[in-house]
Amino acid sequence: MEVSNKDINNLRLRKIKSIIFKAIVWLCGILTVGILVYILLFILIRGLPKINMEFLFGEYNSKNLSAFSSIVTTIEMIVISLLISVPIGVFCAIYLTEYSKRGNKAVKVIRLAVDTLAGIPSIIYGLFGMIFFVNVLGFRASVISGIGTISIMILPVIISSSEEAIKSVPDTYREGSYGLGATRLRTVFKIVLPTAIPGILAGVILAIGRIVGETAALIFTSGTNVMKEPTLNLFASQRTLAIHMYMLATEGLPHSKDMAFATGSILILIVFLINFATTKLAGRLGRLNDGK
Amino acid sequence: MITNNRQSKSNETLMQAVFFMSALISVIAVLAICLFLLMRGIPAIGEIGFLDFIFSEKWGPTNTPASYGILSMIVGSIYVTAGAIVIGVPIGLLCAIFLAEFCPERLYKIVKPAVNLLAGIPSIIFGFFGMEIIVPFVREAYGGNGFSIMSSSIILGIMILPTIISISESSIRAVPESYKEGSYGVGATKEETVFKVVVPAAKSGIFTSIILGIGRAIGETMAVVMVAGNAVMPLSKIKLLKPIRTLTTNIVMEMSYASGLHEESLIATGVVLFVFIIILNTALSLIKARTNRN
Repeated sequence: MEVSNKDINNLRLRKIKSIIFKAIVWLCGILTVGILVYILLFILIRGLPKINMEFLFGEYNSKNLSAFSSIVTTIEMIVISLLISVPIGVFCAIYLTEYSKRGNKAVKVIRLAVDTLAGIPSIIYGLFGMIFFVNVLGFRASVISGIGTISIMILPVIISSSEEAIKSVPDTYREGSYGLGATRLRTVFKIVLPTAIPGILAGVILAIGRIVGETAALIFTSGTNVMKEPTLNLFASQRTLAIHMYMLATEGLPHSKDMAFATGSILILIVFLINFATTKLAGRLGRLNDGK
Repeated sequence: MITNNRQSKSNETLMQAVFFMSALISVIAVLAICLFLLMRGIPAIGEIGFLDFIFSEKWGPTNTPASYGILSMIVGSIYVTAGAIVIGVPIGLLCAIFLAEFCPERLYKIVKPAVNLLAGIPSIIFGFFGMEIIVPFVREAYGGNGFSIMSSSIILGIMILPTIISISESSIRAVPESYKEGSYGVGATKEETVFKVVVPAAKSGIFTSIILGIGRAIGETMAVVMVAGNAVMPLSKIKLLKPIRTLTTNIVMEMSYASGLHEESLIATGVVLFVFIIILNTALSLIKARTNRN
């Protein structure tokens, strides 16, 4: 076969195009990592040196914009929201996976509801929380209003990861349990749930991440108030760590920007921890599935 | 033994009811959210007048006479979201292609966790980063005061990256090996195969990722409020380098001091945002239904 000059040129052009394409693809991969590293370093370099005992555990006043009471409120909010949402979410996942028939109408509606909840922006949750918990139930701007709002917000996260985890429990486990004469309920609690725990835990940790980083849903529900010293009073308006950062970043008190960096650093360290934990758990779940 | 059996049976029925009730809570929550938003938002829209609310660019709730037009915020939300897509989709899609097709395994162990980490970073951090780095950058490079559609678009573009990357990557990975082999068989290079065979085959997953990205961008509040400048601009003055107010930031800017019809008009702004989200969700389920059918 005769190879003309045109063919060779064409081939060369295709090769050059390929190389350019490959270069751009690599560039975008590197750019994504670069952006992340830039953001992290930007916050940590200026924030970490500002973190000290006074900031972490001191009294909040105009000189020391301490994060102590926001940290306590954040933890309080995490614990109580999880106490509300984890049982509901896990039970919902059990219903969807173990107790419903395929193609059941109720299941379709419930799935649609969970998907819808997952897609609602936090500001809408904030509006709802303000109307329902703050006004209708009369809780005013308070930690409890924030907890109510955020408990609904994290439900879809917990439901989907629990559902995934329960689905990944091999059927042979269930059959073994039934074979020994166990009831369905017993099988769920003694066999399925214990096996699914790493996956459920991964969802719980993701939910913690959402609570820690949340601002828009809380700003009109738990509010922006800050106390000198931490209190666990559920009916007081209290800011969380993320809102503390927002207020410091925008209110322009002396040193407030430095302290915003410090608060941001704490948030980033928490995000690191959360990511590390979910990766570890996902690894464990992966091994479980490989072993089936 | 018999009583034991009966007890375990009644336990079974009881717990089954508990599971079902827990599952219903999500449905109740969605209904309650819709109900309360509409109950407080719709009367306000009625009082302002639907056309005056949606199609007027005059927003001055504290003026006399007060005006409640949110057209420029609707346009603002669309602009910053479009900007986010223009920035985030090409980078995200190409990064997904990189991860699925080109990334050496060793590097993958760095890039993939980095993408996951980016997904976990709170919006307030993005907002602060935008305020301190992106806004001054835009100010110096392009003029204006930096708080602008452009800064908002850049921040939102970064924020939607993880959504675009993860979902596109898994849909690219799901393309059957035989497609690629067919392409190599007719002499295509790897890059041509990826571009002309793999990506088109993964398009429904890629569209899904883009719609989820749009949802994230249009609903984002705190990151935008810190970089957008938030001034209400008449339509004729909306420019890339000028400040902008979106639907979400309108709520956050004024809710703390609003009352009466003003407060309800902000809730109604939330209703409009909710309508956008419902449209996006419908698009998502349409794509899902189509993929399942094929």
